[in-house]
Amino acid sequence: MASTVLKPREKAPDIPPPGRARTVPGPLWALPPVALLAVFFLYPLALVVEQSLAPDEGGTSLEPYAEVFASEAFREALGTTVWLAVGSTAGCLVLGFVLALVIAFVPFPGGRAVAKFIDVFLSFPSFLITLALLFIYGTVGMANGLWTDATGAATGPFQFLSTPWGVLLAEVTYFTPFVMRPLLAAFSQLDTAQLEVASSLGARPARIVRRVILPEALPALASGGSLVLVLCLNEFGIVLFTGAKGVTTLPMLVYGKAILESDYPAACVVAVVNIAISVGLYGLYRVVSRRAGA
Amino acid sequence: MLVHSRKGRWAAWAVFFVLFLPLFALPLLVIVAASFSTSWSGAFPSGPTGGHYAAATRGESLEALTTSLVTAVTASLLALTVGSWAALAAANLKKRGKAVLDALFVLPVAVPSVVVGLAVLVAFSQPPFLLNGTRWIVILAHTLLVTAFAYQSVSAALTRLDPAFEQAAASLGARPGHVLRRVKLPLLLPSLNAAAGLCFALSMGELSATMMLYPPDWMPLPVQIYTATDRGALFTGSAVAVVLMGSTLLVLLAVSRIRTRASYR
Repeated sequence: MASTVLKPREKAPDIPPPGRARTVPGPLWALPPVALLAVFFLYPLALVVEQSLAPDEGGTSLEPYAEVFASEAFREALGTTVWLAVGSTAGCLVLGFVLALVIAFVPFPGGRAVAKFIDVFLSFPSFLITLALLFIYGTVGMANGLWTDATGAATGPFQFLSTPWGVLLAEVTYFTPFVMRPLLAAFSQLDTAQLEVASSLGARPARIVRRVILPEALPALASGGSLVLVLCLNEFGIVLFTGAKGVTTLPMLVYGKAILESDYPAACVVAVVNIAISVGLYGLYRVVSRRAGA
Repeated sequence: MLVHSRKGRWAAWAVFFVLFLPLFALPLLVIVAASFSTSWSGAFPSGPTGGHYAAATRGESLEALTTSLVTAVTASLLALTVGSWAALAAANLKKRGKAVLDALFVLPVAVPSVVVGLAVLVAFSQPPFLLNGTRWIVILAHTLLVTAFAYQSVSAALTRLDPAFEQAAASLGARPGHVLRRVKLPLLLPSLNAAAGLCFALSMGELSATMMLYPPDWMPLPVQIYTATDRGALFTGSAVAVVLMGSTLLVLLAVSRIRTRASYR
């Protein structure tokens, strides 16, 4: 039975489709979209690289790079960007793992609705989270209001919004669903019989999580984590809405140099550095997620 | 079932909701609550009002809404056309060629959107293409950013497509154009719809590249929300944000309805 079904499929490529000779060959069809991409995306990127090598005095030199690398603002922004991205990614991984674990393995009524809510959450822009945090943890917001009502103090203890910690909280909130989605997909493929066997042999839940679930989840964690790392490195809306002068990340620096200071060569240098980091990491993400089969 | 004891299960659920509600549900609720109030100094908002919505649905804000809708629809349609054309062409290529196309069309996701904005600004403020100051520069940047997603979802759908349909049609004498129109595209319709919804939602919420580019007469909703909150009008900003979320959800709902009808075919 199987062979009769499979045969035509194996045979089919041998039959030359009629009319093939008169049509445009395959590779030529790829040309129009590639040409559009080249004009509207690759050419602008090339111009950014060119401008980063062109100081205001004219000519071509690496001087803008030397200038930018030497500046305190750039080094600080680079440091802030990296630690915020790494910290947020770690937070998203831990939180996403715990939440996905409960949804998948300790099912409760309404779990489906929660999964649906997460999909909806992903379709909203990131800066809404920062806007909401202003009302929750702002100086006169909800948390501080509850505190002053309860203790009678003049001001509340939550003053972290305009510090990097505020950005970290917003990024963990916004990007955790990006980790949960691949995890939930991976968990749905896990054979629950394994869990039953492990638990009937006397393994405690913590042990099952460590020895059975975690190894299965590693590929999904790796690919979700590296995606979130790239997204955090490039996050702009959250940092912009925080409005804190103390928190400058690389994308903020690009915006500040180009739009606020009109210093295009410097903006282009920062942009090139940002592209290098992010494209490199994204390439890594693609390799990891392909290996994970996600 | 991971936890068998009743107590353990309740503990797990408690942990879940203690984390989930304040982190994910509360922010959205807070924005909705703020959009209906006049002041928020203390634990809860006060002075219920619908006035912010009156402000959010006329004048500048209404203009921003139509700007966002026009930008998102145009960018999604363009991105869907170019993205699925590229994905269809890539599927016919040899392995190496497909890898090159994959890498090229995924690049706009990997490049930070602020940098995409900067690049478009630099390139189209000088001849031969002078687009700076027009609405087209915003639409162009949005199209670039969402094309990658359209390409990826159509490309993924194509690999799941059973080649038998196409081969059967071709062996019956259908020309490639006919196969594409009558066999492949109808089969791809559900994923094209999903891609359209994704592109639309992304474009509606796009802020990073837009901040670099927008001309004064083409200000999309996210920029409007930013300028409102930046000058301290947090409550009006929240109302505009609710309008943004609502219109995105409405369009997504409409798109998903088309999808369910298409999948019955």
